[in-house]
Amino acid sequence: MAPTGGHTIKAFDDDLDRLRALISEMGGLAEYSIRESLRCLVERDNEGARRVVEDDRKLDALEIETERRAVQLIALRAPMASDLRDVVAALKISSVVERIGDYAKNIAKRVPLLHEISNIEPLSLLPEMARIATEMVHDVLTAFVERDAAAALEVIDRDRKVDDFYNSIFRTLLTYMMENPHNIGQSTHLLFVAKNVERVGDHATNIAEMVYYAATGDYLGDRPRGDDPLATTR
Amino acid sequence: MIDTIVPTPLDVAETVEPVTQRDPKMTARDVHVFYGDKEAIKGVDIDIHDDKVTAFIGPSGCGKSTFLRCLNRMNDTIPTARVTGDIELDGENINSSKMDVVQLRARVGMVFQKPNPFPKSIYENVAYGPRIHGLAQSKTELEAIVEKSLHRAGLWDEVKDRMEDSGTALSGGQQQRLCIARAIAVDPEVILMDEPCSALDPIATAKIEELIHALRGRYAIAIVTHNMQQAARVSQRTAFFHLGEIVEYGKTSEIFTNPREQRTQDYITGRYG
Repeated sequence: MAPTGGHTIKAFDDDLDRLRALISEMGGLAEYSIRESLRCLVERDNEGARRVVEDDRKLDALEIETERRAVQLIALRAPMASDLRDVVAALKISSVVERIGDYAKNIAKRVPLLHEISNIEPLSLLPEMARIATEMVHDVLTAFVERDAAAALEVIDRDRKVDDFYNSIFRTLLTYMMENPHNIGQSTHLLFVAKNVERVGDHATNIAEMVYYAATGDYLGDRPRGDDPLATTR
Repeated sequence: MIDTIVPTPLDVAETVEPVTQRDPKMTARDVHVFYGDKEAIKGVDIDIHDDKVTAFIGPSGCGKSTFLRCLNRMNDTIPTARVTGDIELDGENINSSKMDVVQLRARVGMVFQKPNPFPKSIYENVAYGPRIHGLAQSKTELEAIVEKSLHRAGLWDEVKDRMEDSGTALSGGQQQRLCIARAIAVDPEVILMDEPCSALDPIATAKIEELIHALRGRYAIAIVTHNMQQAARVSQRTAFFHLGEIVEYGKTSEIFTNPREQRTQDYITGRYG
């Protein structure tokens, strides 16, 4: 249940707003890093990739700031009900978003290692896959700020698309590797990149579950997921 | 003679629900209270269980204290007050003409906001009730009751060497525990507490709260409090009163994390009014 108006103590609202703003800021940074790391991969931009790795520190600092403010808010304001759920969700979401940043860093670190991949087809699929995954992150964090449970559910449904992309890329890379063992090194790197992006979608789904709980107070039951990516490896 | 009471952590008791629910200790059905023409309580239904602490919360004037006072007919003392509806203790209608009010108030004890010890010795404060109710056959028995009651109220060690001092010479927190010992001494079944900590400092408050934990299971306890954190800390069931009605009544853990009613949500998150 959503609260109707502002708190009697206005500073309480300011504290909560600041916490939401921090989460938004972290989300924006994480989204950008994922998209930027993929751009660097496609355009062979080693310098840009180095910046993505460096920028991850900002995300780490924001996570600490979020945690510090959340702990402070719990200590000083003793939040209850939807406020408490919001603060706990903010704490959990910030660590998940920080993790998404780590995936971006991980992808960026592979950029200088990949020299001769311009002719591998999955490379053209990856940016589109990343676009869907980062949009999920964007939309789920908007849902958090706006306490919109329906929007969170909608994000969960989109994870299937990301999983489908991953399965498709996985199969294609497998074919490349079987065709020519020379491709194995590069293909494995790309497979890891695809896996990282696939995990971004999973994390967006996790955040959506947290947003749903924060907004409604109810836990999402076990909902059917997209195809299990592991299924194709058997 | 002396019972050692091990307080049960709230979470343990909350997670392990009894398989068969016992009958409630007290039930209230369609209770209305009027002060003259003004209707202060507008049809309250509630069950109070003897193995749980029930907290009544709500803004000033919502009727929570008025309702609490119905449970041992304290409103009888107010000439303009009129109570309708059905309130039962172990299935017995407490408002029936057959009910002995003095006996009822021994079975349903009360602790007030401001500690109100008698201006007598500590010993006499506790011994008075059992003596007039004829609960002790001898001086030794009476002394044993006094000692047991002070133990249960967590006050024994602090007063055992000064039993003849005046009850009013104790600190506020000690006085309140003395009042609880006095209530316990007549072996009640239910203890009503009307903001028992609002005149106490945090340490004395913590001692009373610890005491409530320790007494739980032995007595049914209903507590009115303005302090929501206190309701969250000491109770297993919480009823939110607003404008003379119970808006929501349920598990304390649910009320404070996921209330079902908008008015409850707004009140406990500090958005009321």
